Amino acid sequence: MDILVIHLFNALLYTSVLFLIAGGLSLIYGVMRIVNLAHGNLFALGAFVTASAVGQWFAGSTSAALYLLIPTGAFAAAAVGAALEPTLLRPFYRRPEEYQLLVTFGILMILEDVMRFIWGPYPLTATTLFEQMGSIKVGEFIYPRYNLLVITIGALAAVFLWAFIYKTRFGVVLRATSQDMRRASALGVNVNLVYIQAFTIGCFMAGLGGAIIVPGQSAVLGMGVDALVLSFIVVVIGGLGSLDGAMVGALIVGLLREFAISTFPELELAVLYLIAAIVLLVRPAGLFGRTT
Amino acid sequence: MSTIALIAPALRRSPVRIAVWAVPIAVILAVVPWVMDSYRTIQLAYGLIFAIAGLGFNILLGYTGLLSFGHAAYFGAGAYTVAFMVKYLHVQSMELFLLGTIAATLLVTALFGYVCVRYTRIFFSILTLALSQVLWSLAFKFFWVTGGTDGLRVPTPKLLGAAFAESEDKIHFLSHAYYYYVLVVFVVAVGVMWLIVHSPFGKALQAIRDNETRARFVGIRIRRYRFVAFLLSGVFTGIAGALWVPLNGLVTPDALVWTFSGEIVFMSVLGGFRNFTGPIVGAVVYNYLKDFAVGFTVYWQTFMGVVLVVLVLTLPTGIVGTAKLLLATARRRRSQ
Repeated sequence: MDILVIHLFNALLYTSVLFLIAGGLSLIYGVMRIVNLAHGNLFALGAFVTASAVGQWFAGSTSAALYLLIPTGAFAAAAVGAALEPTLLRPFYRRPEEYQLLVTFGILMILEDVMRFIWGPYPLTATTLFEQMGSIKVGEFIYPRYNLLVITIGALAAVFLWAFIYKTRFGVVLRATSQDMRRASALGVNVNLVYIQAFTIGCFMAGLGGAIIVPGQSAVLGMGVDALVLSFIVVVIGGLGSLDGAMVGALIVGLLREFAISTFPELELAVLYLIAAIVLLVRPAGLFGRTT
Repeated sequence: MSTIALIAPALRRSPVRIAVWAVPIAVILAVVPWVMDSYRTIQLAYGLIFAIAGLGFNILLGYTGLLSFGHAAYFGAGAYTVAFMVKYLHVQSMELFLLGTIAATLLVTALFGYVCVRYTRIFFSILTLALSQVLWSLAFKFFWVTGGTDGLRVPTPKLLGAAFAESEDKIHFLSHAYYYYVLVVFVVAVGVMWLIVHSPFGKALQAIRDNETRARFVGIRIRRYRFVAFLLSGVFTGIAGALWVPLNGLVTPDALVWTFSGEIVFMSVLGGFRNFTGPIVGAVVYNYLKDFAVGFTVYWQTFMGVVLVVLVLTLPTGIVGTAKLLLATARRRRSQ
């Protein structure tokens, strides 16, 4: 029974991070109709920035200050996103999708190397945060408290995002632009501004995902590419462009992955893809997707 | 439909004009091992192999309008088929490798294609990408079968049944006998692909690309045509993978990873995917470009990334498309 709770916690931990990455990807697609192949690299950037802020730049600070440093990775990713959208992505909105994918693939290659250049080829850790929080007892097992914090942050992020998109004026504008960019533009919405904001929020989420996971794991090169592929499974299951879909998709992937890892680890990814393929054959647009 | 009827429309495109281009290029490619050093010759062999993959890729992107981001799966499937045939069946003949690869990639593409051709546009792209990662993860995780990240070694194969003499230098073998073998397969592949895209079947694919609704209206069974195009595309790419392994001597999961699929896309766009010759030129140029960048700096990915971004920003029709445009402009000026 206790082991079941541990597995559930692990699944939720994974769900939180996946939701942050895939939710950002889906938000960007929903508003701008662009699939950002470099999205995983922004997740990795968040991890690297937080890891070096906590582990190197401000390593001597008090522990409370270190916890406040966790979001630095998210802000770094958001800043990079805000710089990328108007310069490199904007010329491509009217071009065929092939070019949009290709330009983001080019950005992926560049970002991958920039991170290699700044942080070198070795893994970076920020384990002090993870260790300081200790662990709780679940029956006869122990579970790290930090992971529970990650789950909480993931849940809070989901609630905030929901409130932001469905309860604020900006959310209304965002949804209007997503549904009909031309009409929103005709009604006086500054579409360019909405695009840059949406892209920045999406990147912020990816960066936050990387930033909160890094104390428990470590930042390694290539983590972004792996994360991107997993978040593709999430959006394929949930439906590209839907935040509810990203939430449910992340939950399904999180639970399935935990189950697969504990029973037949070799087939972990294959099982996820199999589920994604089945969902697609039954519901072509994903569970929450709009057919366009 | 008889073979004559299939080939006839293709032949109508003035064979003389094609020969003017094709014969000198074939002669140049044939004398390369005697004028260039073996390193460059082997690089060209790599380029020709990627060109076969590019041809296969382009029947989907250029002619059917489907952008696959998972072609590494078929390339890797071809490569791993050869490695498995060596390891478990102790086959050495290159011809058997090619036959085995065709069978194996047909199987994989049929399976993947069945799911993927139901979608178009971005969904097709991410679905092909996601499925290709299944093969990658299997190659990665089942290390007792595939060797994991260490990969599988593939020795020098026998070409046309002739055993590779032990005394002969391997580099010499690769830059001469094997180069010509690759060249012949390349020429056959180009010929076959040329006939395919100029056949009624190829025209139907282009009709689907340009307007799906109209194509359906004139009675083209869209999903079936896309499926066949997917199979052809995968088999060409698989053959490229099979030819690549003996040259590389080793196959690792890197041949299956999705960023390699991105490189195949890159090659085709570099050459220009709206032209038949684009992916061929693109593959050869890409290979030299990457070789140069890797030798020049460890941050070669940045270099290639910048090239890609600049390319799609300024030269979206690629090398061949731009060259044709310049040629047409020059001709118009001369006639004025």
